[in-house]
Amino acid sequence: MKATRGISRRDFVVTTLAVGGGLALGFSFPKNDAERAALAVRLSGRPWESLAGKSDVEVGPWLMIAPDDTVTIRVGQSEMGQGVITSCAKMVAEELECDWSKVRAEYVSVNRHFRENKVYKRLVTTSSSSVRLGRPYLQQAGASARERLMAAAAQTWSVPRSELTVKDGVITHKLTGRTLRYGQVAEKAAAIKLPAEPKIKTPDQYTLLKKPTKLLDTPLKVDGSATYGIDVRVPGMLYAAVKASPVFKGKVKSYNADVAKNRPGVHSVVEFSGEEIETGVAVVADSYWHARTALDAMPIDWDEGTHGNDSSEEFFKSSRATLDEPGAKVVTRKGDPEAVLKNASQVVEAIYEVPYLDHTVMEPFNVPLEKIYFHNCFLGGGFGRRGNQDDVRQAVAIAKQLGGRPVKVIWSREETTRHGYYRPMRVSRFRAALGPDGMPAAWTTRVVGMDENYPGDEQVLRGLHKLPYFVPNQLFDYHLRKTHVPTGPWTSVGRSQNEFFLETFVDELAHAAGQDPYHYRRALLEANAEFPFAKAWIRVLGAVAEKSGWGQKLPAGTGMGIAIGDSRRLSRTEITICAVVATLSVSKKGEVRVERLDVAMDTGPFLVNPLAAERQVEMQVAMGLAAVLRQEITIEKGRVVQANFDTYPLLRATEIPDIKVHFVRATDDPIAGIGEEAIGWVAPAVCNAIFAAMGKRIRSLPLKRHDLSWHS
Amino acid sequence: MLSLRVNGKAYNVDVEPETPLLWAIRDTIGLTGTKFGCGMALCGACTVHLDGKPVRSCVTRISQAAGREITTIEGLSADAQHPAQIAWREGDVPECGYCQSGQIMAAAALLAKNPHPTDADIHREITNLCRCGTYLRIRQAIHRAAELMAKP
Ligand code: FES
Ligand code: FES
Repeated sequence: MKATRGISRRDFVVTTLAVGGGLALGFSFPKNDAERAALAVRLSGRPWESLAGKSDVEVGPWLMIAPDDTVTIRVGQSEMGQGVITSCAKMVAEELECDWSKVRAEYVSVNRHFRENKVYKRLVTTSSSSVRLGRPYLQQAGASARERLMAAAAQTWSVPRSELTVKDGVITHKLTGRTLRYGQVAEKAAAIKLPAEPKIKTPDQYTLLKKPTKLLDTPLKVDGSATYGIDVRVPGMLYAAVKASPVFKGKVKSYNADVAKNRPGVHSVVEFSGEEIETGVAVVADSYWHARTALDAMPIDWDEGTHGNDSSEEFFKSSRATLDEPGAKVVTRKGDPEAVLKNASQVVEAIYEVPYLDHTVMEPFNVPLEKIYFHNCFLGGGFGRRGNQDDVRQAVAIAKQLGGRPVKVIWSREETTRHGYYRPMRVSRFRAALGPDGMPAAWTTRVVGMDENYPGDEQVLRGLHKLPYFVPNQLFDYHLRKTHVPTGPWTSVGRSQNEFFLETFVDELAHAAGQDPYHYRRALLEANAEFPFAKAWIRVLGAVAEKSGWGQKLPAGTGMGIAIGDSRRLSRTEITICAVVATLSVSKKGEVRVERLDVAMDTGPFLVNPLAAERQVEMQVAMGLAAVLRQEITIEKGRVVQANFDTYPLLRATEIPDIKVHFVRATDDPIAGIGEEAIGWVAPAVCNAIFAAMGKRIRSLPLKRHDLSWHS
Repeated sequence: MLSLRVNGKAYNVDVEPETPLLWAIRDTIGLTGTKFGCGMALCGACTVHLDGKPVRSCVTRISQAAGREITTIEGLSADAQHPAQIAWREGDVPECGYCQSGQIMAAAALLAKNPHPTDADIHREITNLCRCGTYLRIRQAIHRAAELMAKP
């Protein structure tokens, strides 16, 4: 996800760290037995100290074993609620054959990672990749440690390794019945070098990994002890409140610093700017409230630059006009779609639009710094927003001016909403010629995406290249457009916009052909001999149709909508197939109530933690639904209109549907991930259901822009 | 100088009386379990109890809280054994967890005045937002906490 933006957040901070000679923090998590752990283990006021005791022995860089058999496993990915700490620990424990109830986890030391030649492989947490990329080396770390422990026991007893077995951290010599616990041989094991690395398990040999496990970090999140970035405190710390140019790419013209300086607690007023930082002003004070109120009281004059009159309405207008120009880049051309369309007796055409979207991370941005060192804290859900480092860059620019005083920069909710990296708005036109059997004989798609800054080429047609449905004549092309509005990865990156377009259009075709949308999709998949995943798709589609009760008679105003897709990219082969059925009602006044969402999710041969996977799906449903119903970022006078949760609303408790997650083994290959694989199909499933319920076709989002009232 | 009683302990806080309770708790007193989400009483991440009643501390001035019993997530129970906390752990409710202190405080206040809340009661009384959509788990956990409380 972050690849195109260069260095990762962590690389950046660590680079600075080397200069500042700081310290990296590790957090430890209690044992799995939640009740006991809640009593026994706390993050103390000094959370950077590992929970591992003095007599714990390190068996390889990834884990420590205590004399009482407690295993502390180190995790290189950041917890943002996706269960990654638990999942990573499980991958090590699967091979280690230790007692899972005695496992705890802590973050790896970033300093050590760099000191020891990237010993922890990769420290970024993006693109649902933690499991996909981490599995081989985490399993290897566990297997390696296990074999060293076994070798230590074999040495102790002077017996061959082959005579030993292990279960739950207890090594047994079958012939004599003798046993040794891991805690007893750890020290010896630490000194052992293996002649060769052991082989790791294949998915069919997993025992622990397939089981749902409670999350190791839950206890810390119910008593206030989990430390988020915004919670970090260091002695002598100052607080900064910031205001960046409201019109992107604008400049500070002037401001009256005395107004702020005369207020209580204010330390200084500083300007910040730099490469890839929106220019602005910060007030630094002895508390965030002092800083914030002084900043609000201080008049700032902005030089709006050349974008002070730009608006998203204009962006849409010019994008629509661009739809008539032949695509600047062609992704797929097959046969002669133009000719077929010209001569067709039935043509279906639709233009779709989606707005800019923000991420609304729950935790406002904040960067605590002490001559810049790195705290690996819990992160409030990232949803694709955490990969940019603009907040870090800004904090560095501020900190540099404070003569070495540590400072915590906190963005207000308004600032967080107005200075995001938004999901690019896009406009598209779809055309298809239907043959006498109702099946598409030709299909063209043109997308105009405001994606030029990010995500760029790979993402703008993501999910649209290699059409899974059989169509003999095809043209897919696109235009990239640039505005002054920063764009970036939103959960599922470039895909969610396109999935809405594509799966709505297929639905339109089915209805135009007078066929059931589920069976229509099936038929188009069955006909597509070129699509290697057709069978797998049908499996997932069938599962969601069956589980949701597809095809049942529903009263007027109630409808079901279906959508399916995978996570295809141009540059990768792994996919996760996911299909969604929404069941909803639309009142005569036009209020939409999504009653139920069935999500059939491809698991491949295994899931590392079904419990975490289920929760990830729930999160995506909440996020996807909020976006469909109400969310949009609009630009007026060059700046973002929305500010806080009143204008950029989250889904409310009363709006959450009954979510049914159905796991399906669609293929024998490991899946691409699960963190962003359901969200794209929430919008089309919901909009297709609205059409089924009351006959209105939704071609632009959010729904709040449409009048959905109806009468019988 | 104002005196605030937080979790049974008295703190002298030397900030302006109009300072929001949230920032006094977090920055001055140093209890960071109470979170900042919006600052406009919209999300509930900052929920604490004043004399047992839930308030959004981001819009509560410390002058309104002085002389009253303030309870934060850290003081909800001595050992994280409040029925809501037990139920939250059992149900693995938190996702990113950022909103959960506020959710638990809101739930605990509801349970104190209504030991058997219905779904409708919960929807009416707990309007806290959760970006991660843990609402279904929260509702289940509240029912479970009610059950735990009913046990002798
Ligand atoms: S921070 Fe107080 S309600 Fe959102
Ligand atoms: S758990 Fe993430 S905001 Fe509620």
